[in-house]
Amino acid sequence: MPIIEAEGLARTFRTRKRTVEAVRGVNLTVEEGEIVGFLGPNGAGKTTTLRMLTTLLKPTAGHATVAGADLLRDPVGVRRRIGYVPQAIGQTMGGTDGMCLVIEELLDQGALYRIGKENAARRAAALTAQLDLGGLDRRLVKTLSGGQRRRLEIALGLVHEPPLVFLDEPTTGLDPQSRSNLWDHIRGLRTDLGTTVFLTTHYLEEADALCDRVFIIDNGVIVAEGTPDELKRQVSGDVVTLQVNGASDAARALLGSQPIVRDVTVSDGALRLTVFHGAEALPSLLRVLDGEGITLHAINLSRPTLDDVFLTLTGRSLRDDSPSAARPDSPELQPAGRGGGEE
Amino acid sequence: MSFIRDTLIVFRRQERLSLRNPAWVIIALVQPILYLVLFGPLLTKLPVGDLGGSGTGGTAEAYRFFVPGLLIQLGLFGSTFVGFAIISDWRAGVIERFRVTPVSRLAIMAGRVLRDVITLVVQAVILVLVGVAFGLRAPVNAVLLGLGFIVMVAIGLASVSYATALLIKSEDAFAPMLNSVVLPLVLLSGIMLPMTLGPGWLQGIARISPFRYIIDAMRQGFTGHFGGTIMVEGVAVAVGLAAVCLWLGSRVFLRENA
Repeated sequence: MPIIEAEGLARTFRTRKRTVEAVRGVNLTVEEGEIVGFLGPNGAGKTTTLRMLTTLLKPTAGHATVAGADLLRDPVGVRRRIGYVPQAIGQTMGGTDGMCLVIEELLDQGALYRIGKENAARRAAALTAQLDLGGLDRRLVKTLSGGQRRRLEIALGLVHEPPLVFLDEPTTGLDPQSRSNLWDHIRGLRTDLGTTVFLTTHYLEEADALCDRVFIIDNGVIVAEGTPDELKRQVSGDVVTLQVNGASDAARALLGSQPIVRDVTVSDGALRLTVFHGAEALPSLLRVLDGEGITLHAINLSRPTLDDVFLTLTGRSLRDDSPSAARPDSPELQPAGRGGGEE
Repeated sequence: MSFIRDTLIVFRRQERLSLRNPAWVIIALVQPILYLVLFGPLLTKLPVGDLGGSGTGGTAEAYRFFVPGLLIQLGLFGSTFVGFAIISDWRAGVIERFRVTPVSRLAIMAGRVLRDVITLVVQAVILVLVGVAFGLRAPVNAVLLGLGFIVMVAIGLASVSYATALLIKSEDAFAPMLNSVVLPLVLLSGIMLPMTLGPGWLQGIARISPFRYIIDAMRQGFTGHFGGTIMVEGVAVAVGLAAVCLWLGSRVFLRENA
């Protein structure tokens, strides 16, 4: 039996002047023991869906079964069986109080889940060891580093050994090293404990590196689902990125008319072609451009990434939505530094 | 009774956090004690009868009038400002974290209110003791009754403060709102001087302040009289205020969406 089964889950927000359909009918199934990623730009409806599945927000339509309990009829049953780690960036933070000691947070969480004092102490010890928080018991939460605090927040979501844990943007705001360290811990949850992990992310690398299966969400609907490899295969073909000196419109029309080119888009001032057998296609593409007197500034051939999948599905790049996209001179700048760890 | 258990979990956490910074309990007392020390003596020179009471005048009577007023003022400021703390808790994600656990969502409020009530009772006892040092003489029963009133005021105002703050979610909006509500209530409750000194229209407006009734009843108790309409009105208003505010607060905390 799947651990999450949602049908037609929708959420509409009404403000004074307009109605916003944040999520419009999400169907999804997650099997036990999977690591599943919810990928989409900010505002796509990731967090709203997650908040519905964790009983924080009542769906305006649809129904779901989460960890064996009915979302609408038995929300407390759902809460008992899931762990939830809120996103630690944006309007609200990750759920720890800076003035608490690390051990107090863990024991309080155990009390909230009614697991008994001794059991809570045992779990606290196990989790601090497991998540590299050893020796920090008596430290005030506000003195932890960004990565330590995030790991504590994840520990809080696991105190009661839930079969299913929701992680909302688990690594946003962490430096690359803490991020890959956290990935190892998340993989460990599944390998060592068989925990099902449902995470949201807007990092393609994260979805690619961590998830067995990815749901791509855009504008409140799931536009694709599958393993990262399956999704990339849907794009079928390699991606050639070209930067030409001027005449990019002419180059676009010219390349678009070539039979080997499936698709041409312009993104961040560069031409992005989808071609079959990219390595063999390159020489002929170069010849065509040369014939028309268009000179190349740069060229790059790559296997499709999840961003290409996203672009193909939605016509937009995931990266468009990052603050750096406003500055065309630094298209490679990722939103990794956003929030800068500790605020 | 899992609700009581949950309330105690929240209470213990909040109490621990308060005790980590006990200075605030004392700082909240500075204002009323300053009033007691620097303003109270002015009242001892008022003509006999102006403060109501038994009409004997003098120091004891002045403090029988003034200490109940300061207790209510302490309650008004102490309990209405608690909302600020829940905004920062909300921002830290702590409220949401609690709401995803099986803990009673009402206990998230009730545990905090319990902490506030206990803090306020401790402060009130200190204030009364300082009052005694300055010449307050009142029956022990009256002081206990006064603490009862303070508890009701604290339950009511703290609940509403948490609920309002959680709806507004912004300190910048909450602060001016508090000022515009609390200051008129303080002025209309006859905390510093008896409302009977005012013109008829002002006395009429003052009838809308529930604290007016509570203070009158408390003052009557301090003079040793525990019966009559004033006392009945005071008790009814205090209990009613606590009940209505608690209900309003619980509606916000029990909402399915936050």
